[in-house]
Amino acid sequence: MERFKKGLGKTRLALKSKFNILFGSSELDQDFFDELEEILLSADVGVGATMKIVDSLREQLRLEKIKKRSAARELLKELLTGMLESDHQAVLSLAPSPPTVYLILGVNGVGKTTTIGKIAYRFIREGKKVLLAAGDTFRAAAIEQLEEWSRLTGADLVKHQSGGDPSAVIFDAMNAAVAREADLLICDTAGRLHTKANLLEEVKKIYRVMQKALPGAPHEVLLVLDATTGQNGLSQVKYFQETVPLTGLVLTKLDGTARGGIVVAIKDLTGVPLKLVGVGEKKEDLEVFQATEFVEALLV
Amino acid sequence: MLFGTLADKLQEVFRKLKGKGKLSEKDIDLALREIRLALLEADVNYKVVRDFVNTIRERALGAEVLKSLTPGQQVVKIVHEDLIELMGRKQSKLAPADHPPQAVMLVGLQGSGKTTTAAKLALFLKKGGHNPLLVAADVYRPAAIEQLEVLGKEAGIAVFSRGKDDPVNIGRLALKEAAREGNDYVILDTAGRLHIDAELMAELGNLKARLDPREILLVVDAMTGQDAVNAAGTFHEKLGLTGVILTKLDGDTRGGAALSVKAVTDRPIKFVGVGEKIEAFEPFHPDRMASRILGMGDVLSLIEKAQQVVDVEKSRTLEKKIREQALTLEDFLEQLQQIKQMGPLEDLLGMVPGFHQVGKQLKGLDLGEKQILKIEAVLSSMTLEERQRPGIINSSRKRRISAGSGTTVQDVNRLLKQFDQMKKLLKQANFMDKGRTRKPRGFFPFR
Repeated sequence: MERFKKGLGKTRLALKSKFNILFGSSELDQDFFDELEEILLSADVGVGATMKIVDSLREQLRLEKIKKRSAARELLKELLTGMLESDHQAVLSLAPSPPTVYLILGVNGVGKTTTIGKIAYRFIREGKKVLLAAGDTFRAAAIEQLEEWSRLTGADLVKHQSGGDPSAVIFDAMNAAVAREADLLICDTAGRLHTKANLLEEVKKIYRVMQKALPGAPHEVLLVLDATTGQNGLSQVKYFQETVPLTGLVLTKLDGTARGGIVVAIKDLTGVPLKLVGVGEKKEDLEVFQATEFVEALLV
Repeated sequence: MLFGTLADKLQEVFRKLKGKGKLSEKDIDLALREIRLALLEADVNYKVVRDFVNTIRERALGAEVLKSLTPGQQVVKIVHEDLIELMGRKQSKLAPADHPPQAVMLVGLQGSGKTTTAAKLALFLKKGGHNPLLVAADVYRPAAIEQLEVLGKEAGIAVFSRGKDDPVNIGRLALKEAAREGNDYVILDTAGRLHIDAELMAELGNLKARLDPREILLVVDAMTGQDAVNAAGTFHEKLGLTGVILTKLDGDTRGGAALSVKAVTDRPIKFVGVGEKIEAFEPFHPDRMASRILGMGDVLSLIEKAQQVVDVEKSRTLEKKIREQALTLEDFLEQLQQIKQMGPLEDLLGMVPGFHQVGKQLKGLDLGEKQILKIEAVLSSMTLEERQRPGIINSSRKRRISAGSGTTVQDVNRLLKQFDQMKKLLKQANFMDKGRTRKPRGFFPFR
């Protein structure tokens, strides 16, 4: 969690001055709500979710007869945490008996391969045997990129030729995972824009193949989202969710100045929870998402 | 579709405004509120939106609107003008290679698409008669060098790489090689980095100092949200950008980042990436984009695309056939194949003026590629004679056609009926054209 906070630290600095104004000692007036709206909008929370947050905060403040800005702060934190928290407490699901299989999806350039390397490292550190499937057969040198991650983390790799059928690679990898008694198989896929119907069909096929190869698989279908993404993030989740049932999100590049506020709108509108956050380029730069800490770090 | 929803929203606002003979300050404030929300939802930075709305408000409350007989139209005109202003007035080209070899640096955040863009830009220059050299200066990301090498091979462009050497050294050696080999542009693919990473930003500063590039282009993901101003602002401050390349514009992003980046750096958007293929790369036209945002269509781009694939001789024949009302299914099939060459149908329709409204009226109309494939299959399963004389298609022929194309008799019937309707429509159009009885109901400029 330390690194996560460090990642958010830069954000925190930028926000500190603003929130001092917002949560200072002065009275609640229209300026307060305008400022709050601006802060949420500038964090990519989006117009819809921002209005909703501001309105419910206003309503609650009225009901509880709160007149001071400082007192409004705890309420806002509660509100945001409530919006982000998920009923599913277990972070990443595991198969009742190994191998556990994860499918990683996302648009181009969000950091899928890097995220896979980081997830692999987490499990290997716990003494688990991890296998990677080089399912991005489309992008130039994507297989080599995953190969480097397998060397870096000590995970095994199953690959085919570039340009091959991703479903076939993943099918082979699933058989290999059983044969080699791996604990976890993580399947990479090519980056694809959510508006390309034919590429979403390919995802459906991959999903079907996984279900057939091993009952109960995939145990997680994670959509990787770039923290710098704006309102389009919502569209990404919606389209992918219509294609295959997503089990969670991974928010990457949170070590920059972007705050990834779109996940608030995503959780609110689609219910898909954020599970992991990426906070750097190194293999250990992946943290489990926790709503309270996320909001806390945002509002310090 | 790019800017789709924004265009819809703005048009709704304009429609309301245009209906009024007189505008009060309240009317304008209401419209500006809608415009503000629409721009925010399109990811335009909130500060940029605030300035934009304030400018429009000032102008809208000025004499030019209130005295006008059509105040609503005036407001629309102001929004359109200011939008073009905000996006940059005219097309901005790459600086010429006066003193070759000339370095072009591509910089940006991780995952914005620098490596792919480098190859696309090189191919674009090669097609324009230049002799570019690609340089693999991303020594950090795993397999970035291999990626550029593969793309270079695909595009038939030389790639200079020196493993994981110091990027400044690689750049220096690349310029020497380019001088030897006679390359005019030297395109550097640098590593993706966060704008707040002081060490890596200093590395770019060194590259700039040693290579003296004429162009430093920031590669920006069109899906970027509010943070676009922070990243672009810092890159510009540290390096002095000369332009911007916007990537991944082929999705459904509303692309507000384009406006934000332009506003904060005051540097032109020079190119846009519009697909995964290496050819999917175009010069950026601000005026066309502004028209597209306002739902006025992008007819110029559409014509350009059509000119690339349409055979002039064939279109003359077709035009003649339409006039003589001798259009056959054979012509229809040919047209269909030409349209397919122009790219995804949805993108094309987005360029047609007024299509946003029309599209909503035609509910249930499936314009997907699948539908076209189906029509094409049905047409291809007909004999040449059947395509030329659809009248001879009886029920037995229909059964054969549907079996051959993997469709149903109903599908065949529907196609024949649609073709009939189309012929009738064309007949009417012909009539109108000849008689000039009515003004053509064009959508331009504001509907």
